[in-house]
Amino acid sequence: MMPSFRNLARPVATAALLIVGVAGAAVLPDDRADVFYSDYKGGGMDIKGESVLVRKKFSEQFAVEANYFIDKVSGASVDVLSQASVIKDERKQKSVSLDYIRNKTQYNLSYTNSTERDYISNTTHFSLSQDMFGDLTTVTLGFTDSRNKVGENNGTANKPDVAWLGHSESRSFLAGVSQVLTKDLIAGLTFEVITDQGLLSNPYRSIRFVAPGEPLGYGLGSQIYPNTHTSTAVEGRVKYYLPYRAAASASYRYFDDTWGVKAHTAELGYTQPIFSAWLLEGRLRYYTQSHATFYNDLFPFAGSQNFEARDQNLASTTNATIGLKATYAFLPDGWKIFKRGTVTGDVSRIRFKYSDFRDIRDYGIATGDVRPNGGYLPGTEPLYKFDATIYQIYLSMFF
Amino acid sequence: MHKSLRIVVMGLGLLQGACSIQPWVKPYERDRLADPIMSWDRDAISGAYLDHIYDSREGSRGATGTAGGGCGCN
Repeated sequence: MMPSFRNLARPVATAALLIVGVAGAAVLPDDRADVFYSDYKGGGMDIKGESVLVRKKFSEQFAVEANYFIDKVSGASVDVLSQASVIKDERKQKSVSLDYIRNKTQYNLSYTNSTERDYISNTTHFSLSQDMFGDLTTVTLGFTDSRNKVGENNGTANKPDVAWLGHSESRSFLAGVSQVLTKDLIAGLTFEVITDQGLLSNPYRSIRFVAPGEPLGYGLGSQIYPNTHTSTAVEGRVKYYLPYRAAASASYRYFDDTWGVKAHTAELGYTQPIFSAWLLEGRLRYYTQSHATFYNDLFPFAGSQNFEARDQNLASTTNATIGLKATYAFLPDGWKIFKRGTVTGDVSRIRFKYSDFRDIRDYGIATGDVRPNGGYLPGTEPLYKFDATIYQIYLSMFF
Repeated sequence: MHKSLRIVVMGLGLLQGACSIQPWVKPYERDRLADPIMSWDRDAISGAYLDHIYDSREGSRGATGTAGGGCGCN
């Protein structure tokens, strides 16, 4: 018998009431085990990811989830390339999460450790979700505390020499509400404030300033960031069940921070089951942001401002994503301890464009020195843009 | 009446009204909402992975419901 997503819906129907939640409540989801592979290629970088996740209920009230993720990075982004050699690094992330349900309240406590050669982060998260008003409404409150140790590798990829530069701390406060509006429509609203302090700049990125005496016509110097940062984000989203069994979703997020960055994110999604065992999904995402007040691609001279940044994350930028995902359901009647399984392939393409971040890899040539890519005066180089492709494939077994 | 007291009284009134709201979508009418295709985020690893990609390359963050770490420096 062919497995069917519609059939799969039945056993999890009650559990899936957690769809109404920003984090969900009332019933714990199925036990599952996942094996995940990913590959990100773009902007001079190749990042391969591998992950394993296991989630197990120990009663109808209590569940534990453990996740291990490893990113293997080779290459380097454009601003690193303009001043350093190609790098290789790994990021290992371990997390454990506990869920506990009591009546209509779900509690979640999780701990995550992320370790790179030059960056260590420990994050603790607590949230609670409460179902109310006939289980049509779920309110979620969350708190996250993150402690980070920031370093810089002054050695090579194979012979690292890491200097620990400082620490940063981050705290997040989240409030969310999810609402069943009709038999076919759900909506959610999430509000999150994040505040950081400490060493917040990326040590591998530098400012650029006009220096006519230099061979390239500019010099490079250290970024200086404020040591505090507070951001506010609010996201609204809706999902609608179409009459012929498909789902359409839309979301919008507004972001604002104390560094002067304002951003808008819009996303559309569509899910279509076909041939009973397949689920096809499409996703479009558009993002735009303004630059931070202390960002400049080319400062008039070193130390011209109290705070100076040339990190592309703080530049004026837009990006657009198109994503396609296919999921195949198998073992509808189960096998051994497993009730069912799915295998998923996902390809996303992102185009990044910058309005005030210039590509200085090959172009930073002083007047009169013509190279194959042309001779550009500092500040007239082409604006940077790149495409990234992300592949994901994963196997999920439910038991 | 003092303005802030009036707001509190109005808020309490609204809350009391909300408590008496009857669910307009009955439990037996939620089969469509319970369909897995209506889940916001069926696959936790994939969702967190994509969020991490965006967080590492954009100035904005938050309100997407994920927690995690890592600098994405390079």
